[in-house]
Amino acid sequence: MTATAERPATTIFRRPRSTTGLWSWLTTVDHKRIGILYGYAAFFFFVIGGIEALLLRIQLAQANAEFLTAGAYNALFTMHGTTMVFLFIMPASAAFMNYLLPLLIGARDVAFPRLNALSWWIFLFGGIFLYSTFIFGTSVPPVSPDGITGNLAPGGGPGSFNWLADSPDGGWFCYQPNCGPLYSPGTAMDYWALGIQILGLASLVSAINFIVTVFNMRARGMRLLRMPVFAWMTTVVAFLLLFSLPIIAVALFMVAFDRQFGTVFFAATSGGDPILWQHLFWLFGHPEVYILILPAMGIVSEVLPVFSRKPLFGYSAVVFAGAAIAFLGFGVWAHHMFASGITPVAQAAFALATMTIAIPTGIKIFNWMGTLWGGRLRLSTPMLFAIGFLAMFTIGGLSGVTHAVVPSDWQQTDTYYIVAHFHYVLFGGAVFGLFAGMYYWFPKLTGRLMSDRLGKVHFWLQFIGFNLTFAPMHWLGLQGMVRRTWKYAPETGLEPWNLAVTVGAFIIATSIAVFMFNWYRSKRRGALAGMDPWDARTVEWMTPSPTPEHNFSEPPVVTRLDHFWHLKYDEDEEGRPVRRPEADEMLAHLEDVGRHPTTPIHLPNPSYFPLVMAVGIPLVFYGIIYHTSAWGKALIVVGALIMLAALIGWGMEPLEEPHEAHEPEQEGVEEESGHV
Amino acid sequence: MSELATAAHLEGETTGVENRKLGMWVFLSSEFLFFGALITNYLLYSNRAGFSGVYPAEIYDIPFTSVSSFVLLMSSLTMVLAHNALSRHDQNGARTWLFATAALGSVFLGGQVFEFTEFVVNYDMRLSSNPAASAFFVLTGFHGTHVAIGVIMLLSLRGMSRRRGGLSDSHGMNLELVGLYWHFVDIIWIVIFTVVYLLSAPPA
Repeated sequence: MTATAERPATTIFRRPRSTTGLWSWLTTVDHKRIGILYGYAAFFFFVIGGIEALLLRIQLAQANAEFLTAGAYNALFTMHGTTMVFLFIMPASAAFMNYLLPLLIGARDVAFPRLNALSWWIFLFGGIFLYSTFIFGTSVPPVSPDGITGNLAPGGGPGSFNWLADSPDGGWFCYQPNCGPLYSPGTAMDYWALGIQILGLASLVSAINFIVTVFNMRARGMRLLRMPVFAWMTTVVAFLLLFSLPIIAVALFMVAFDRQFGTVFFAATSGGDPILWQHLFWLFGHPEVYILILPAMGIVSEVLPVFSRKPLFGYSAVVFAGAAIAFLGFGVWAHHMFASGITPVAQAAFALATMTIAIPTGIKIFNWMGTLWGGRLRLSTPMLFAIGFLAMFTIGGLSGVTHAVVPSDWQQTDTYYIVAHFHYVLFGGAVFGLFAGMYYWFPKLTGRLMSDRLGKVHFWLQFIGFNLTFAPMHWLGLQGMVRRTWKYAPETGLEPWNLAVTVGAFIIATSIAVFMFNWYRSKRRGALAGMDPWDARTVEWMTPSPTPEHNFSEPPVVTRLDHFWHLKYDEDEEGRPVRRPEADEMLAHLEDVGRHPTTPIHLPNPSYFPLVMAVGIPLVFYGIIYHTSAWGKALIVVGALIMLAALIGWGMEPLEEPHEAHEPEQEGVEEESGHV
Repeated sequence: MSELATAAHLEGETTGVENRKLGMWVFLSSEFLFFGALITNYLLYSNRAGFSGVYPAEIYDIPFTSVSSFVLLMSSLTMVLAHNALSRHDQNGARTWLFATAALGSVFLGGQVFEFTEFVVNYDMRLSSNPAASAFFVLTGFHGTHVAIGVIMLLSLRGMSRRRGGLSDSHGMNLELVGLYWHFVDIIWIVIFTVVYLLSAPPA
């Protein structure tokens, strides 16, 4: 369905106008649709990354197994980590931020709707670029002048799935010189380095957009310290991205120049310093772990108060603790390098700095517990996931403190203890938090509730499976089982617990299947949610569900924190909430006004150019990988021309066509859910 | 952001700084870290002993680079004059000064091409010579790329103003945005010229 506008004088092409169908999704600049696109893409990559993990676990279920070749194993753990960090948790968080940020602060859209669409398309093409390594990438045995072998040669050892070995195999941390031109010839690591560069660009554009949105687009009365915590954590994450991405961009350029253009930044044979890579990578990499966890912390800070029927305990402390974590997060990177031979002074300094991070983190944990304390808890699915987050993240946080102790860290480095730790914070923390958010805001998205019964099945399966998978890794690691090694000997005695871990991994997979079924079914047949299914506190619930295209017919005028709650509830003498008699009438009025705006509302028009611009970027990067050949050079030129054309079109096109009001649809649940 | 959409938010909470301008400031704050990392790389390698080949600090032509730095600094002046002319509604003046800025930027780029050619041809210092040379070329190369993008922005701004009947209204905003970017690129060069050219020395 492609209807086009009359050609305005200022643009070259007709502007896309369709509001339904594929074309509308390709040209959309609506933050809600972009959020949904991010969400589905992230979940797709979650499934891919999960399948990679299951293959790894099948290999490790038995001692001396011959399921995967060594090369395939290396490729799978590299792509599993890269996928889960860059292609699942980050875009899943971006999905929440996109969909919710304007709603949470009472805005109609983000500050730069077309840039927002650009971020999404760059992300998608970056992910496709990275995964195209399985088709185009090559990984060939190193030819070393000094006879040192680097990466295991592809096809090393018996086993199957060796076709997977032609893909990045240097770990998500890409340590040098192992990932340099000398020890990782072939193009696979180029796909990795340049793919991450593209994904970083997408995040940088998003970060700028979100920061300007938060500072310039809030509804009247929505002062900074009245913003919901999730909006705050989005802001903090945006600043983390803003300051950490340029560092990894430089580091990745150095790798790419080493590999493509003969620089010797990390080539030890020419005097280059491989440890420099570690510094640069972790100077990005440690803020990155807060980029992964803070959105989930924001989600949990929204869910816990609603299901405890209490305000968040210590709102400003939670907000400032989040900012403090981000700030301190830039000063602790070398705790990833205690075993890399840094000086004792540096070790002591970074050990202390790392331990200080436990303070703001502890503040948050105690504030969440304070929120639960004395509350009237409703153990619905979002609440279960939020409490699961709280418990699992605390375990992960505590094992994290043990890494801050240098001698203890030496013992744990490169063992499964580390794997256990970061899965407790990233799966037990971030992923549980993201699921809490999915169940909580599903009604906002679709107007329907997810099945609570299936949700509970999902939660308990995932909770049991998660602990069966990752708890044994603690003692496996302490017994000396090393990471990133595709087999272990039977006489180590590690086999029984490894089998348990593999069983746990399959239980997690089952729980995810239950979730997917629940989502699919609830979207069609879930109970109608109404406007305020959870008796919520924040302003995104002051507009009908599913959210109308224009968000708010009349942006709210905010008078205090938890504005929506205080419109519905008063306090009696003992401070207990008492529902105001006029609350239901107010809700009905809000719903009516939300669906039928009284004044015409101008919304940004769809645009082709973000998509066109994003197409050019991977073409240039493919060209860089093959720049020695004529067609590689041609790709660079073609990609650059596409980007230039998009830039010109973008520059000539106004954000909104003049004299064109958004006609509010008479939407019901049926029509709107077709958008999801 | 056009007037249409901001109108709904006029009553809302804002910093009072226009969206695009705030966005440019935020972007530039990220760019500082980008160049910060590149300059740090150079400082790390510039005087480390034992590399084969020529160190950049051994072959700098300080008088030549001083002149090209001066040219780039003057382009910031012409950028300010362009902005000033526009605020006085002097369309022709603004166009002229924009062109002068782009021209000065191009002269600087020409100087950089000449410098690189000298280093490669006369002194055989290449990307692959040693880490100090790698860091020098990549740092100054990325800066040059930023200048080149700035020149393109300046010329497009000037070109588009013809088509749209003047550098007024929202184009004033564009001119300010390009100006912000241009001054940033100049400031970075002041740091590079001071730290990389004037203060760095080859290993004793």
